[in-house]
Amino acid sequence: MKKFINQQPSRAFKLLLGIAPFVVLILLYVMGSDARLEVNPNDKLLPSMSQIADGLERMAFEPSKRSGEYLFWQDTASSLTRLGLGILIAAMLGLLIGLVTGALPMFAASLSPLLTVVSLIPPLAILPILFIVFGLGEVSKVVLIAIGITPFIARDIQRRTQEIPTEQLVKAQSLGANTSQIMIRVLLPQIMPKLFDAVRLSLGAGWLFLIAAEAVAATDGLGYRIFLVRRYMAMDVILPYVAWITMLAFLIDVSLRELTKKLFPWYVQGGKS
Amino acid sequence: MKRFAALILVLSLSSVAQAAESFKICWSIYVGWMPWAYGAEQGVVKKWADKYGIDIEVVQINDYIESINQYTAGAFDACTMTNMDALTIPAAGGVDSTALVVGDFSNGNDGVVLKGKSKLADIKGQQVNLVELSVSHYLLARGLESVGLSEKDLSVVNTSDADMVAVYGTDDVTAVATWNPLLSEITAMPNSTKVFDSSMIPGEIIDLLVINTETLKANPKLGKALVGAWYEIMAVMSGSDKAGVEAKTHMATASGTDLAGYEAQLASTEMFYTPAAALELTNSEKLLATMEHVAKFSFDHGLLGDGAPDAGFIGIEMPAGTFGDKGNIKFRFDPSYMTMAAEGKL
Repeated sequence: MKKFINQQPSRAFKLLLGIAPFVVLILLYVMGSDARLEVNPNDKLLPSMSQIADGLERMAFEPSKRSGEYLFWQDTASSLTRLGLGILIAAMLGLLIGLVTGALPMFAASLSPLLTVVSLIPPLAILPILFIVFGLGEVSKVVLIAIGITPFIARDIQRRTQEIPTEQLVKAQSLGANTSQIMIRVLLPQIMPKLFDAVRLSLGAGWLFLIAAEAVAATDGLGYRIFLVRRYMAMDVILPYVAWITMLAFLIDVSLRELTKKLFPWYVQGGKS
Repeated sequence: MKRFAALILVLSLSSVAQAAESFKICWSIYVGWMPWAYGAEQGVVKKWADKYGIDIEVVQINDYIESINQYTAGAFDACTMTNMDALTIPAAGGVDSTALVVGDFSNGNDGVVLKGKSKLADIKGQQVNLVELSVSHYLLARGLESVGLSEKDLSVVNTSDADMVAVYGTDDVTAVATWNPLLSEITAMPNSTKVFDSSMIPGEIIDLLVINTETLKANPKLGKALVGAWYEIMAVMSGSDKAGVEAKTHMATASGTDLAGYEAQLASTEMFYTPAAALELTNSEKLLATMEHVAKFSFDHGLLGDGAPDAGFIGIEMPAGTFGDKGNIKFRFDPSYMTMAAEGKL
């Protein structure tokens, strides 16, 4: 008899174990929903699966009565644009600041303390300031996402840059490289895959800031819709939206992971060819 | 061991006994609902609950919509809300609800403010920041009707009430619809004109204490205790003597302002200090017309649910008549408890 700590599930059993919690959760939901709907057929708190499907169909495949647009896809497009722009800006700024402060002690001395302090400011606390400075349009939403995750990415890249062995820098200098050559040819290629990792880790925060910004002032977006229909407790719309956001977040994460594999095969394989 | 079992038995019995007689009501901060804060803290609610041998717990919920959602989900037996939200959240959610106390109507507490323009018709083509689907939205729709415009002539931007004052300061924002105390702060800013307010549609935005109809039917004692407590508080509050000022100061502090600020809000609120005044509106034909407007607005904005074929899908029962489907009455105005209060029978 193997000790429990050494027992490995078989492939099929592992899959089953992985799915089981989801099945249990869905079953619990359906039971709860049935129980509430039996008492009050108009109950909105836990809509049945068919009501959720109706809600989704209405939002995604039927043009809105008021504007003639397909709200679900319009919301998705606006939210993804905001998120994409915010993260792109944050990634570029984060890379620049992280690389410069990680590689050049002169810059690190002046920027590191500032970066540390800035990264500690809760972005949601300065939301009113952002809206006053950047207005209520798209800019302030993108800026909130960018401000929220840039410090995180910058600090991460700074650490990763500092972790690159000094031997490499010494060697490059022995071969006659100057500062900018070292940064672009030695440090940058090694940092790029780390940047993808940092972006993947900051996606969760990115979504949080996106939805917070859309809750304050917006005319469309996934977060906007959820906060709007909350006013009349349309859980049949909220639940599919939440599932969709989770799914989008998952897909973005997976595609970034695959992209890292494709672009930097040496990084993923850990040096093996 | 035996003693322990007996203890368990006694404890469980007492909790059952209490569960049968114990009720929870919720309220949120608003000028017309502050009396509940006063009544709960000064023991007026407890006094009336004791009189009828029941237990009433009064809970403050910070977020207004959340309080209604909690009530609709069944966490509370009664809750404060406006006539429109009572129709679109609990009633549309199948929770048969009764307006037990008709407390006041907004008489200028909700308004539309324009920056740099002086009349409502100028709103055409502008972006209007407001809490979508709220009474502000309803007020705006009623205002637009009065100048021959419709919502198609402008665009609304859903804006959180918590940030309304802050965003009004930005250049992008030229028009807002909101309520007090935000409204008075925004109107006080330079270059701003209040072009429409709820005093122009008096008696349409009504603040209520809404109670679950089944609970009320099964426990008339709860209705009596709540209405009794309410009018005792009203009597104290309406007095200009020391007790009245003290009560209002208490309510002002609890809502985060001072006596002068609270008095200013009261000035744009038509409080029904006596049951007779509340009954006048409740029994009137006008209420019937108001609820028809509200139901129509709600239907046009999809608030009655997608199964609703027309504005009358949810029946609203009022003393002057029933609006909508008599087979699907989910929202009722019940004057009987206020009448008991008027006749001094509580």
